[in-house]
Amino acid sequence: MNQPDSGPAPVLALTDISKSFGAVRALQDVSLHLYPGEAHALAGENGAGKSTLIKTLAGVHRPDAGQVLLDGEPVVFNGPADARDAGIAVIYQEPTLFPDLSIAENIFMGRQPRTSLGRIDRRAVHGATAALMTRLGVDLDPERLARGLSIADQQIVEIAKALSFDARVLIMDEPTAALTGSETARLFSVVRTLREGGAAVLFISHRLEEIFELCQRVTTLRDGRWVASELLGGLTEDDLVRRMVGRDLDELYPKQATTVGGTALSVRRLTREGVFRDVSFEVREGEIVALAGLVGAGRSEVVQAVFGVDKADAGEVHVGGERLRAGSPTAAMAAGVALVPEDRRQRGLVMEASIERNIGLTGLDRLGSGGLVRRALERGRATDWAVKLQLKYNRLSDAVGVLSGGNQQKVVLAKWLATDPAVLIVDEPTRGIDVGTKAEVHRLLSSLAAEGLAVLMVSSDLPEVLGMADRVLVMHEGRLVAELPRAEATEETVMAAATGRLAGEGAAA
Amino acid sequence: MTDLPRLRSPAQRDCLRPRARCADRPPAAGAAPAKQPRHRRFTRKDSGVTATIESPPAAPEADGRSARSLMDLVFRARELSIGGALLVLILGTWLANPSFLDDQGIKDLLLNSSILVLLAAGQSVVVITRNIDLSVGSVVGLTAFACGSFVSGTDHSALTTVLLGIGLGVLCGLVSGLLVSFGKVPALVVTLGMLYVIQGIDHAWAHGEQINASNVPDDVLGLGSGSILGIPYLPLISAAVLAGTAYYLRTYRGGRELYAIGSNPEAARLAGIPIRRRVLAAYAFSGAVAGFAGALWLARFGTVVADAANGWELTVVSSVVVGGVAITGGVGTVWGAALGALLLTTMGSALVVLKVDSFWQQAITGVLLLAAITTDRIVNLRTTSALRKRSRR
Repeated sequence: MNQPDSGPAPVLALTDISKSFGAVRALQDVSLHLYPGEAHALAGENGAGKSTLIKTLAGVHRPDAGQVLLDGEPVVFNGPADARDAGIAVIYQEPTLFPDLSIAENIFMGRQPRTSLGRIDRRAVHGATAALMTRLGVDLDPERLARGLSIADQQIVEIAKALSFDARVLIMDEPTAALTGSETARLFSVVRTLREGGAAVLFISHRLEEIFELCQRVTTLRDGRWVASELLGGLTEDDLVRRMVGRDLDELYPKQATTVGGTALSVRRLTREGVFRDVSFEVREGEIVALAGLVGAGRSEVVQAVFGVDKADAGEVHVGGERLRAGSPTAAMAAGVALVPEDRRQRGLVMEASIERNIGLTGLDRLGSGGLVRRALERGRATDWAVKLQLKYNRLSDAVGVLSGGNQQKVVLAKWLATDPAVLIVDEPTRGIDVGTKAEVHRLLSSLAAEGLAVLMVSSDLPEVLGMADRVLVMHEGRLVAELPRAEATEETVMAAATGRLAGEGAAA
Repeated sequence: MTDLPRLRSPAQRDCLRPRARCADRPPAAGAAPAKQPRHRRFTRKDSGVTATIESPPAAPEADGRSARSLMDLVFRARELSIGGALLVLILGTWLANPSFLDDQGIKDLLLNSSILVLLAAGQSVVVITRNIDLSVGSVVGLTAFACGSFVSGTDHSALTTVLLGIGLGVLCGLVSGLLVSFGKVPALVVTLGMLYVIQGIDHAWAHGEQINASNVPDDVLGLGSGSILGIPYLPLISAAVLAGTAYYLRTYRGGRELYAIGSNPEAARLAGIPIRRRVLAAYAFSGAVAGFAGALWLARFGTVVADAANGWELTVVSSVVVGGVAITGGVGTVWGAALGALLLTTMGSALVVLKVDSFWQQAITGVLLLAAITTDRIVNLRTTSALRKRSRR
C-alpha cells in the first residue's frame, strides 16, 4: 500500500494503469485508490487523461497494462455491465439517455425489477423512480420521456440512475458543469449522504472550490501521467493549479500586445429559437475575443450561425461592413470568415484523406482552373502551411487520421488560415491536445491577432480564456450575459456569469 | 375443404400481390385529422392545464393514470389514426359495393393480410433496433419452396412443415444478424445482399419447377384453409404471434432493451446492454417469422413457384413505417405495424373492388409512406419542443 495514513482498505484501486489509443498515450502508469466513505477528487487540465481513467474504471476501456483492484482483488471488467454489477456507478460529462424512453425506463434499463416469469414489474419501476425523485428533491414525472429534458434534469436522471443501485463507488465526471448553484448544493448533499453511508466517491470538476468543498483527497494528472495523490487538508487552490499545470500560467499563455483596429465582425441580435437568443457583439481587427460559458450554453451554436452552418431565425451578421447572407458558409468564406469547428474528427477533417488534400479543400477553386485541381499547387499550399505551423508528419500524402490530436488540429488551422481570412473563429481550439502543442496553438493565435486578424474563440478551458482573450463574452442558457474586458475577467467573474449568478451585470446589448 | 384453396389458388396468387400495397383517399383524409387532435393536446398541456387531458379512447394499460406521458398519446394517436383510416376505408368501400363485406369478403381480407401482418411483426422488432431486414421476401420464397418440396408427395404433418420453415428462416436470420451485429456491416447492405443470395439459391434450386398443390398433403393445406368458428387459422396465427411479440416487447427486459438500442446505441452500450446479442436475436426472430410465413404461404396457396413473395420486403417495410415504427429506431409498436399492414392490404382489395386502375396502387402506397415519414418527423420535432417548453415552465 503506497498510501500513507490509510485506515480502511481501498474499495476500488487502479495500479500502474497504462492505456494508448493508436499513437496517443492517454494514460501512463497511473495509480488511484478510492476509500469507502471518502470523496476523492481527480484534478487535471483538459486532455490530462481524466476521462480515459474514468472509462477504465467503468469498464468501457480495458487498460493495456496495470490492474484494477476491487476490494484488493484484481478484476477485469469486460464491459460497462461488469463494472455496474461490481457496484460502480458512473455519471458521464454528457448525459447518456434514451430520448424515446421514459425517465423510469432510463434509470432501470437492463435491471428492471421483475415479477414472476421474468416480466418487468412496471409498478415497482415507477414507484422506485418516484422515490428516487423525492430523495433528490425534484419534481419529475417518472413516465415523462427523456426527450427534451434540460441538461440539469438529464443530469438528475443520471444521478438517480447511480443512486438506484446503491453504488459502492460513485464516479462523477463534471456533474456540476451545467447545474445552477442550488442544484449543485442539492447534488452535494446527496453525495455527502452517500459518502457517509460508506460509498467511495470519485469527483471531477474544473471548479476548484467545489473540489475543496466536497473532497478529502485529490489525485492530480498531467498529460496522462500521475503527479500526486494527497489529502486536500494542507493544500491551497494555487498548489493544486501548480500541480495540474506544472508551470506558470504566464509562460503558458504568451499574449502579445496588439493594436486594435476597426470592426471586422459585427453580430446583431442573432437568434435561433430554443438555442440562443438576441446575441449581439463585435470583434475588431487584432483582437482575440473569447466566448465563454458552460457546456450547452449555446456558444458553438452561435458561431455556427455566424458562419452560416446553421441558419439563424433572426438577426444579422456583418463582416467588414457588409451584411452576410444568412445560412450560407460559402458567403461567409467569400467574405473572409473561417471557422475551425469543435469536433475536428467529424467536422474539421476528412479523416481518410491526406494532409495535402485536407488543406487544399478550402481553396479548390484557386488550385487550378477549369474545374481541375493541380496537384502541384495543392502540394505547395500544404507544404507552406505545414512549415509555418511546424506540423509533425511523415509524408504529406499520409491520411490525417494517423496524426496525433494536436497535429490534426494544426491541419484544420492550416486549412482555414490558407483561405487568408479576416475573421478567424475557433471553437475549442485546444480540446484534447497535449500541452506542448496547446502552447503552440496559443502562440499562433496570438501572433495572428498581432498581425491584425480578428479572432473569436469559443473555449471551455478557463485558464485559456483568461490567458488569451482581450475581451471575454459570457453566455448562459442561450443568452449573452456578460462582457468582461481582460482586466476584469477572472475565474470568479467568468464562472459567476456563466452559471447565471449575476445575470444583469455588464450585459452586452 | 382442401379443394377450396386449390381451386382458388391461381386467382388468389394474382390478386394477392397487388392487394398488398396501395391506398386511397382515406390516407390523406386519415392522416390529416389525426394530426389535429394530437396537436391540440400538446398545446393544451403546454399552457399549463395539465390536470385534465381527455384520456385516449384506446384501452389504457394496467397503471392507467390520468396523466399519461405525452409520447404515449402520440403513439396511441398514430395507431388510432391508422385504425380510423382503415375503418373509413372499409366503410366507404362497403357502401360503394356491399359485397366487399359479405362473409367471403371479410374472410378474404383477413386471409390476404395475415401473412403481411406476420412479417410486419418480425420486421418491427428489427426496425426498432435501428436496423432493417430486406431479406424477408426472399426468405418467404425460399422457405415456401423448401417446405413444398419437402412435403411433396409425402404425408408430413403441418407441424413438421412449420417447424422446418421456422428453422430455415432462423438460419437465414442468423446469417444476416451475425453480419450486422458482429461483422458491424450496415444492415441495409447486409440484408440487401442476403435478399439476392437467398433469391439466387431459391431460383437455382427451383430451376423453373413449381410445387403443385395436388402433391401437398391435406394436413398442410388444412392449415391454410381451415377455420375455428368461421375464423380462418391464418389470421388467428398472425394475431397470436402479434400479441406474443407485443407482450414481449412491452414487458420483458430483452424487449425494452431493443427499444433502448434503437433510441441511443451509445447509451445502451454504457448501460451494459448486450447490443450484439440483442440485435442478433432480433434478426433471428425476423427470420423465424419469415420462415413461418413461408410455411403458411405453402399451406395457403399449395401451388408455389420460386419467386413467391418476391418484392414483399418493401411492402413489409412500408407497413411498418406507415404503422408508426420509426425507421430511426426506438419508437413504435407491433400493433401499429400490424395496422399499417392491414391498411395497405385492405387498400389493395378496396381498389380492386372500386375498380380503380392498379397503376394507382403503388403510387398511393408511396404517398402514404412519405406522409407517414413526414408526420413522424414533424411530430418528433413538435414533441421535442413541446417537452422542452414544459421542462422550462
